[in-house]
Amino acid sequence: MTRKQRRLAIIGSCGFVLAIAAALVLFAMRDSIVFFHGPSDVIDKSIQAGTRFRLGGLVKEGSVVREGQTVTFDVTDTSKQVRVTYTGILPDLFREGQGVVTEGVLQAGGLFKADSVLARHDENYMPREVADALKKQGHWQQAPAKPQS
Amino acid sequence: MLVEIAHFSLALALGLSLVQMVIPIWGVRRNDMALARVGEPAAVGVFLLLFFAFSVLMYAYAVSDFSVQNVAENSHSAKPFIYKLTGTWGNHEGSMVLWVLILSLFGALVALARKSLPDRLRSGTLAAQASVTVAFLLFILFTSNPFNRLDPAPPEGNDLNPILQDLGLAIHPPLLYIGYVGFSITYAFAIAALIDGRIDAVWARAVRPWTLAAWLFLTLGIAMGSYWAYYELGWGGWWFWDPVENASLMPWLAGTALIHSTIVMEKRDSLKVWTILLAILTFSLSLLGTFLVRSGVLTSVHTFATDPQRGLFILIILMVFIGGSLALFAWRAPMLRQGGLFAPVSREGTLVINNLFLAAACGTVFIGTLYPLALEGLTGAKISVGPPFFNATFLPLVIPLLLLLPFGQSMAWKRGDLLGTAQRLATAIIIGVVATVMIFAVTYGGPVAAPLGIGLGVFLIASAVWDLGERIIARASGFRAILSRAAGLPRSAYGSAMAHAGVGIMVIGIAATAWATEDIAVMKPGDRLSRGGTTIIMQQIFPRTGPNYRELVGRFAVEVDGKERGVIDSMKRTFITRNNMQTTEAGIRSFGPSQLYVSLGEIQPDGTSVGVRMYTKPLILLIWIGSIVMAFGGALSITDRRFRVAAPAKPRAKAGAGGPHPQPAE
Repeated sequence: MTRKQRRLAIIGSCGFVLAIAAALVLFAMRDSIVFFHGPSDVIDKSIQAGTRFRLGGLVKEGSVVREGQTVTFDVTDTSKQVRVTYTGILPDLFREGQGVVTEGVLQAGGLFKADSVLARHDENYMPREVADALKKQGHWQQAPAKPQS
Repeated sequence: MLVEIAHFSLALALGLSLVQMVIPIWGVRRNDMALARVGEPAAVGVFLLLFFAFSVLMYAYAVSDFSVQNVAENSHSAKPFIYKLTGTWGNHEGSMVLWVLILSLFGALVALARKSLPDRLRSGTLAAQASVTVAFLLFILFTSNPFNRLDPAPPEGNDLNPILQDLGLAIHPPLLYIGYVGFSITYAFAIAALIDGRIDAVWARAVRPWTLAAWLFLTLGIAMGSYWAYYELGWGGWWFWDPVENASLMPWLAGTALIHSTIVMEKRDSLKVWTILLAILTFSLSLLGTFLVRSGVLTSVHTFATDPQRGLFILIILMVFIGGSLALFAWRAPMLRQGGLFAPVSREGTLVINNLFLAAACGTVFIGTLYPLALEGLTGAKISVGPPFFNATFLPLVIPLLLLLPFGQSMAWKRGDLLGTAQRLATAIIIGVVATVMIFAVTYGGPVAAPLGIGLGVFLIASAVWDLGERIIARASGFRAILSRAAGLPRSAYGSAMAHAGVGIMVIGIAATAWATEDIAVMKPGDRLSRGGTTIIMQQIFPRTGPNYRELVGRFAVEVDGKERGVIDSMKRTFITRNNMQTTEAGIRSFGPSQLYVSLGEIQPDGTSVGVRMYTKPLILLIWIGSIVMAFGGALSITDRRFRVAAPAKPRAKAGAGGPHPQPAE
């Protein structure tokens, strides 16, 4: 192999792998990313049933109903709310009046069927998306800054 | 008083780091080696000062001195003693002090590693490293001072986040930081080489043990974090593609590429510019990881309440170091003497492919982690990029890399022979294929990914062992000759075989997760829950009190194939000291490398039954055992003779007396 051919072979294989990587990323971007919406987004933008997304807000006080392994509750941003149903064990810090992020699919009747409820590590932690959704409604105040690891 | 002295010693360390940053460079410029060597005592001094400051902080934690704000906010007098100590770095300020302490430790080690480094390189490296220390000490002193006092001192502290009160998480940050920060040395080496305009095999050999050390600690740190998440979060998952996990994975991938590209540089004097760039990028990714974790810009289960001022400060540090080093690279790299080209089919060719795949995989993780941020900044749309994205991008890049790994490992330098290599690997290939077919037949109807993955893992292990065996046995006859060849083989050969076998072990563990099962049930005492041959029987639920928590214990009897196999206690803890925050302590029982994992959910409204999750996790421990084997392989390579002995004689003359260097042993 001449010097030129060697160089071409190396540059060619670099380009090939990078092209594959780029194609994979673009392909995955189309199929496997999930949007985040607050309850007001869901109702105001009238998101279609069957759409998969993340829903975040506060768990409405007094709305949690348990039936065996199935839990239903309202997620609210204090102006609008969406009813959520979830089957499984809730994370440790799931509580009424606290922030929550759920991921699932919106059903035809407006019920949000969640297949995951995200865990949190700290009682003061508010998912950033939830904080933003609440800020939009003007109901969120920054908790006193409390450094955590 | 001690606390004030410690605060002052942080400031002194800052001053001394400035000396360490400026004087050696000036000395090297003026060819005044006496000046250039000022960096060495300075580096040791900085380390001692920071060690003192850190010890004082730890002491304040040990004696629960709540007049120190940091202690009052993150500790509690009733906390178990060990977590008082480890709580020192379980918070932002303390962990940043640990960060610079490790930074200065590496600086001091470079200063003391006199024999193995040429003078000019050592001076430049110490100066470049000091610049990082200066930046982070400024950060600590201006935005994250751990030594602030409270007056009056509160009678009791706020306690540490309970989820961090765990041995696994106590040792995870130091390991991870040693890894992150260790790459600062490689970065400093690269900067020194760029400033000096000289780079050669000596540079590569000097940088390799440091890279290996950083890499092996990062490996252990990531593995520890993953095991912690597995048993503490109570969902039985071991990797979540969480942004903070990705932040540690990216420098690991780049660092792995770096380890391999320095080999090419050391042996073949090639890939120089790329290696320098990689060294810069690896540490840049470490800084990026620090930024992502510390600034809280990401939505993550790790991100807690944060302070925008700190985020901005770290962002500036990030831009100065990444931007500055890349600018320096763009300016100086064209002046470096290029190495020769080489044949595509050769050991060095396969190492280029290794770097290519690792860099591409690192790139996909980078995009997946930062794209949501960029999109939100540009359009305001919020998206989450989760496991489906990474499974679709990362895996297709890593699997071919793993398939090609054994070929690279047993190919000759300079001019390889694809067919010959395949022949040499025939045994390993056959073992891998047979393993796949047998497992597929036994588990027929189960997931296909598992046997294929395990076959890949077996192939990796078999080829690592085979390659090593062949190098020992093929060219020797008789038992004694074999022994002497085995002893004569460089330790780095054993190290790399071991690391590659570790990858194989880990791949088997990951593949076997396809067989894991999950069952959820509401149980009361007497209830049984079965899956396969495994049954748990709930015996009782009872409350218990710990030092700073109450807990609800679910006790289960375990039966495997009808035989009693002990009991599992699974707990739900409530920390009274911390606003009644709850944590889950999963009950885990190991059967060899497989585990049975039981975690409690909520008490049902009736008060006597409780939600229970039972997981069976076949071979799951292999994931972490594999990581440890990899790290051990790295450690073995560091002890290779050539890193200690083959360093060039200390040049008597002044600048640039590097001279020609003996070729390394292998």
